[in-house]
Amino acid sequence: MSAPDLLAFAQSVASGAVRVVDLTQTLTPEFPTIALPPEFGQCAPFRLEEVSRYDARGPAWYWNNFSMGEHTGTHFDAPIHWVSGKDLPDNAVDTIPPHHFIAPAVVIDCSAQAAKDADFALSVADLQAWEATHGPIPARSWVLLRTDWSKQSPAAFAGLREDGAHTPGPAPEAVRWLVEQRDVLGFGTETIGTDAGQAHHFNPPYPAHFYMHGKGRYGLQCLTNLDLLPPVGAVIMAAPLKIRQGSGSPLRVLALVNGSEAGR
Amino acid sequence: MSKPLSRPKRKNPLQRTRLPLLPHGQRSRKAHCLTAAAAEGRFMLQVCDDCSHTLYPVRDACPHCLGINLPFRDVRPDGRLVVETTVRISTDPYFRERTPWRVGTVQLDAGPLVIAHLHGDAVEGERVRLSLKLDKSGAAVMIALPAVETPDMQADPILREMTCDPQFRRVLITDGRTAVGQAMAKAFCEAGASIVFVGIANAWKPYPGMDQLAALEQVEIVPLDVTDSQSIADLAAQNGGRIDIVINTAEHVRAGGIIGRGSVIEAREEMDVRYFGLMRMAQSFGPALRFRGADGQSSAAAFVNLLSVHALMNWPSFGAHSATEAACLSAAQCLRAELRPGGVKVLNVFFGPLETEWFQTVPPPKLAPSLLAKAVVQALRQGLEDAFVGDIAQDIRERLAANPKALERELGDA
Repeated sequence: MSAPDLLAFAQSVASGAVRVVDLTQTLTPEFPTIALPPEFGQCAPFRLEEVSRYDARGPAWYWNNFSMGEHTGTHFDAPIHWVSGKDLPDNAVDTIPPHHFIAPAVVIDCSAQAAKDADFALSVADLQAWEATHGPIPARSWVLLRTDWSKQSPAAFAGLREDGAHTPGPAPEAVRWLVEQRDVLGFGTETIGTDAGQAHHFNPPYPAHFYMHGKGRYGLQCLTNLDLLPPVGAVIMAAPLKIRQGSGSPLRVLALVNGSEAGR
Repeated sequence: MSKPLSRPKRKNPLQRTRLPLLPHGQRSRKAHCLTAAAAEGRFMLQVCDDCSHTLYPVRDACPHCLGINLPFRDVRPDGRLVVETTVRISTDPYFRERTPWRVGTVQLDAGPLVIAHLHGDAVEGERVRLSLKLDKSGAAVMIALPAVETPDMQADPILREMTCDPQFRRVLITDGRTAVGQAMAKAFCEAGASIVFVGIANAWKPYPGMDQLAALEQVEIVPLDVTDSQSIADLAAQNGGRIDIVINTAEHVRAGGIIGRGSVIEAREEMDVRYFGLMRMAQSFGPALRFRGADGQSSAAAFVNLLSVHALMNWPSFGAHSATEAACLSAAQCLRAELRPGGVKVLNVFFGPLETEWFQTVPPPKLAPSLLAKAVVQALRQGLEDAFVGDIAQDIRERLAANPKALERELGDA
């Protein structure tokens, strides 16, 4: 195999032969964050305080201070986030090997099922049906669950009812199968978390967190534009902030797509 | 008889908004004891410890016996209006815009003669009831009210000048998600506010009482999150110029002290919601409130802070919460001084545990949100600056005045 031509790659990006699709939601104060029972500490929503804007506070410059939690907006979950991954080596955002931040992705389109049922749970059968069309999920790739949830209104996006959130996510067996049978790098969703809204009633609770992080795999959530990606062939760049012992971090997630395949 | 208020006509946008003027508010240090009484709606005068004469005006020595122990005591406010005068022309900038203005001499049953402002229904030769009020400058003045309530007496222009009656005013309630916020919305609708803006943060998150709140006729739900500077600035930009009374109902109540919390995460949230929330509201809405302090019959009138009475003395069972409330009280005092040039009052309403979810394990007496809301309306009608609502708040107030150290020690055991 000859050495990869990185300059040719850069040229392909510049020319549009490789298209860059932004999978990131804009950070705004209004964007929903996960809601825990109020007696628990909460994930801080995004907040912006203007330091100066070409005014008395700083005549020639505009800048802000911002604050938020590690799990606010489009964000990355490291294995240390979950108790099942707490003792793994290189399990925090500052110690994860950086080459894991660039990886291929497959997109499982379940938008039709999710539109019919907010509690849609991705099953092993769904994954096998996808493989029947697109071939086996390659090892060390991201599995992105497309539900078009990013297109929902904020209220429907959060899906909060009296008995908790109702948003789609993976069934426990499906996550386990992805990790154990397909050796995937991580699992990504458009919803507020990698798990379904009702996943605290699953066994184990929060299976995407439990199995993925328990095996040192990663999570991405609050993604958008998954409908612009091909089922196979996209490459994801998802590098979290280097927070010492960080459990996750907001980040910019970019997908590289063959220009002829991007968009529809 | 007072004429009932009518809904103010829409303002002519081509007319200049008149700037607020104040009556002169200088008082001696001793006379500010009357300010303190007026702030709480009490009628207090000096009573000589030695000869028991009731004194007015405020003295340093008793004119009857030269005694110098002249504590302020609650006295009966009843008397007779001996003579009235109508001022038709004044050289004072504040009063010359407000003439004719009636003043009169009242013979108090308790002894002294008092020169007082006159309510329109106070009649020469008849019985009246004196009331200590804070005028636009925040200093105590006397007003003679009719001895018996008259219909629409609250609408009297001189009385309205000294009070913050919500009738035909536009009110902003900062947080409508809480039981207190919703009780406030209801109470201010009933009090005749023309619009009750109710702030709702995170509209994507449902909350109990949502439908009942939206069903109130005068209520207009607006997006507002006191922890988000931009959301406050946006609302102020939209509606700041048409809000006359701000009621900050944003709350953050959590039990626990300082050591046991394990981090400052909760404390930061408390400070963000309560202290910084108050500061953000003041920065965004304060300028327009202060500018509109003399803007006609429904001028900007008040900024209301709801405070735990433990702002005055820490209750370690809710110790971190008490500390946050103390910070809010201090900020409210600053805000009061800053809004005073506009003749806009800051009303601090103190209360003990509420009949709400976060005080679930606290034994009674607890104050129902509906009673708190009614008390806020009443305090605005009276033009108070400080109101202590409910048994606990009044008890703490008295114990604090009597022996603050004992109160501190006892609350540590509570």
